[in-house]
Amino acid sequence: MDMNQYLDMFIEEAKEHLQAINANLLLLESDPGNIGHVKEIFRSAHTLKGMSATMGFEDMANLTHEAENVLDLIRNQKLTITSDIMDVIFQSVDLIESMVIDITEGGDGSADVSVPVKKLRAIVAGDFSAEQEVAAAAVAEEEAVEAEKAEGTPAQEHDLDDYALMVLEQSKELGNNVVWIQVTLNENCLLKAARAYMVFDQLESMGEIIKTKPSVEDIENERFELSFELAYVTMQSVEKVRSAILNISEIQDVTIEPIQLKKQAPPAPAVAETAAPAEEKKAPSNAQATPAKKTTAGGKTIRVDIDRLDILMNLFSELVIDRGRLEQLAREIGNGELQETVEHMNRISGDLQNIILTMRMVPVEQVFNRFPRMIRDLQKELHKKVNLEIIGAETELDRTVIDEIGDPLNHLLRNSLDHGIESPEDRKRAGKPEEGTIVLRAFHSGNHVFIEVKDDGAGINKEKVLKKAIERGIVNPANADSMSDKQIHELLFAAGFSTAEVVSDISGRGVGLDVVKSKIESLGGSVSVESVRGQGTTFLIQLPLTLSIISAMLVQVNDEKYAVPLSSIIETAVFKKDQIMMAHRQKVIDFRGRVVPLVSLQDIFQVPDNGAEKDDDVSVVIVRKGEKMAGLVVDSFIGQQEIVLKSLGKYLVNVFAISGATILGDGQVALIIDCNALIK
Amino acid sequence: MLDQKEIVSEVKVIVFRLKDEEYGVEVNQVKSIEKLEHITRVPRTPQFVKGVINLRGVVTPIIDLRNRFGLEESLYSESTRIIIVAVGEVEVGLIVDAANDVIDIPVNAIEPPPEVVGGVEAAYLRGVAKLDKRLLILLNLDKVLSTEEIKQLDSIEG
Repeated sequence: MDMNQYLDMFIEEAKEHLQAINANLLLLESDPGNIGHVKEIFRSAHTLKGMSATMGFEDMANLTHEAENVLDLIRNQKLTITSDIMDVIFQSVDLIESMVIDITEGGDGSADVSVPVKKLRAIVAGDFSAEQEVAAAAVAEEEAVEAEKAEGTPAQEHDLDDYALMVLEQSKELGNNVVWIQVTLNENCLLKAARAYMVFDQLESMGEIIKTKPSVEDIENERFELSFELAYVTMQSVEKVRSAILNISEIQDVTIEPIQLKKQAPPAPAVAETAAPAEEKKAPSNAQATPAKKTTAGGKTIRVDIDRLDILMNLFSELVIDRGRLEQLAREIGNGELQETVEHMNRISGDLQNIILTMRMVPVEQVFNRFPRMIRDLQKELHKKVNLEIIGAETELDRTVIDEIGDPLNHLLRNSLDHGIESPEDRKRAGKPEEGTIVLRAFHSGNHVFIEVKDDGAGINKEKVLKKAIERGIVNPANADSMSDKQIHELLFAAGFSTAEVVSDISGRGVGLDVVKSKIESLGGSVSVESVRGQGTTFLIQLPLTLSIISAMLVQVNDEKYAVPLSSIIETAVFKKDQIMMAHRQKVIDFRGRVVPLVSLQDIFQVPDNGAEKDDDVSVVIVRKGEKMAGLVVDSFIGQQEIVLKSLGKYLVNVFAISGATILGDGQVALIIDCNALIK
Repeated sequence: MLDQKEIVSEVKVIVFRLKDEEYGVEVNQVKSIEKLEHITRVPRTPQFVKGVINLRGVVTPIIDLRNRFGLEESLYSESTRIIIVAVGEVEVGLIVDAANDVIDIPVNAIEPPPEVVGGVEAAYLRGVAKLDKRLLILLNLDKVLSTEEIKQLDSIEG
């Protein structure tokens, strides 16, 4: 069977499971008594093991298998968690992660797993001396594995290897029927592989096929005589399985016999003995575990290439433009039925639009999830105490942004931990709690998503930064004195700048925050830093939602039309000319008790005068950027509309206060105003 | 006429007119030739950027070549065309007085540009082709469309 087509899926899922394991391990570490976390970890590890074995990544399967044994003991409360055990498990997970990375990069996922395997076994064997039989079992098993490794061939009756046996054992513990099925096909059967496939299909709907003889590949290629055999695990009765198979035509005969695990594992008699009583004990608890597993698998998803979503989005954008055009035409023609139809189409395409947009959105959780683990490891390495607080992990961002934002965030967090947070001694001396806090916060605001990395560390040492910048030739010493705090802070993002005295492994590595900055800017975002000496530093990343369709207010300025994103509009208002006041040579208005500066779009955009008379009323769009507000003076409001964001192309970059363009119903281009640039 | 043997290779160019001169751009850099349509002005851009148009759903910037080369601007007429060119990822429309010919030029008929041709800086030119009685100025589009210059201009203006 060609596994390549499954490889992507394997990698994706393996990553997800590793993520889940990591997250739960951390929860477990802070709450060691909670067996629920162990169960989650066990479940993920189990799936991972099955997947890797299926894909032929034996080292990974081996390692997960051993880890699973340890987890199983913890799960059944035969072993209490210690920080040593946690460390070993973390190490194993790391190793598995590196294997997955290796596989992602085209490697075969092999790695030396002997050290963690030995440690895991030591935990099972050593720390668990109280219950002799299991320890014996582990030892026996270990011998079996070693024997198998030496000889290279499993010696069991049905040619079941160690892994398959283990799966069978566990399934039996879960109260499943473990059977050996021999299927004989009709002599006249022409498409043997197809029949075999139907059998597999049928069986897989009721249980799990652990092993086939001959191999699946051989069966698919019809390299077998009339019969094939398989090891099968099911919750169904033997009779039901038999009749299900016999229902398939051209099947001559089916024999089903239970697999005697005791006999099949002669080198490890103890295993069977423990398995038997354990079976009774576990049956009730696992009865609930099994359906739970089903529900997690039951959330049906399909994986779709992001490119296809992009194409879908583009096509839909075209549709939106046509929709605008249709609306306009229908209005002009004034036919009632036509207008009704167009309205209906509007509603439907509105729904469609929502679905397409949300399809691309994923919670930042996906990225944030990996950070607690990283911080945990890093603080051990750096001998610092840090508590990572994550807020707003449910904030959603476009998938393309999510994919790119991981590295910059990683870098900022490492930076905060390495340079920001002081050592526990220093913190004590400064009268702060020994444990530092790093807050990772994501939130929506207007058209943007903000991600904040905030630490309560020492803050930026301005003098040191300035000195370094002068040394590196980034700043002219003559200008140094006149630089504002903000300017000095911004130096951190200058190319070739690193404040660490010694380039450490953590955030040194020759790349500075300039890389973070350029990465974020390439995503259409920006990053800024604020710092208070002694109190901490905050990095603020602003990212576009990259929604390709937004709601906007169309406004007219002389003969030109502009679109103002609805997300930055507070409201629109009409003032009388005499309501405009002057403050510091700046036109302002009183808007609900607040003094709001006025910005004339005609002046800012140098719109040519069309000579039309202006009346006494002044139309103003009140926009905001964070807490600040401004009033954009326009000639008239055209109305609200869904518009498709288009870029101005590679030629026109960084046009002042214009974030893009859109195509209106009449086919003309209207520019989209970037309100952020207009508010200082 | 040139002898057949002398023709080593040829380049196909689109010929357009600016003021009194004829210019050429290589055919493989030209995506289409459009009639003048409504141009949306983009504020705070260099003088020669006339704005953007909707080119079958793609927002495309438009440059007035006369202005770009420092020639005096004239009113657009019936024959005014927009030549859509693409260099790398940059796609831009060039406003020219007329575009009406596609010809093959033997490579060896192309000479390096003299210092100043019709007021256009030599940097924008790839060479001059002499064909019969025609003199064809070949553009160096990379240079004409260099965004570096826009950025520089930007910083000067802003």
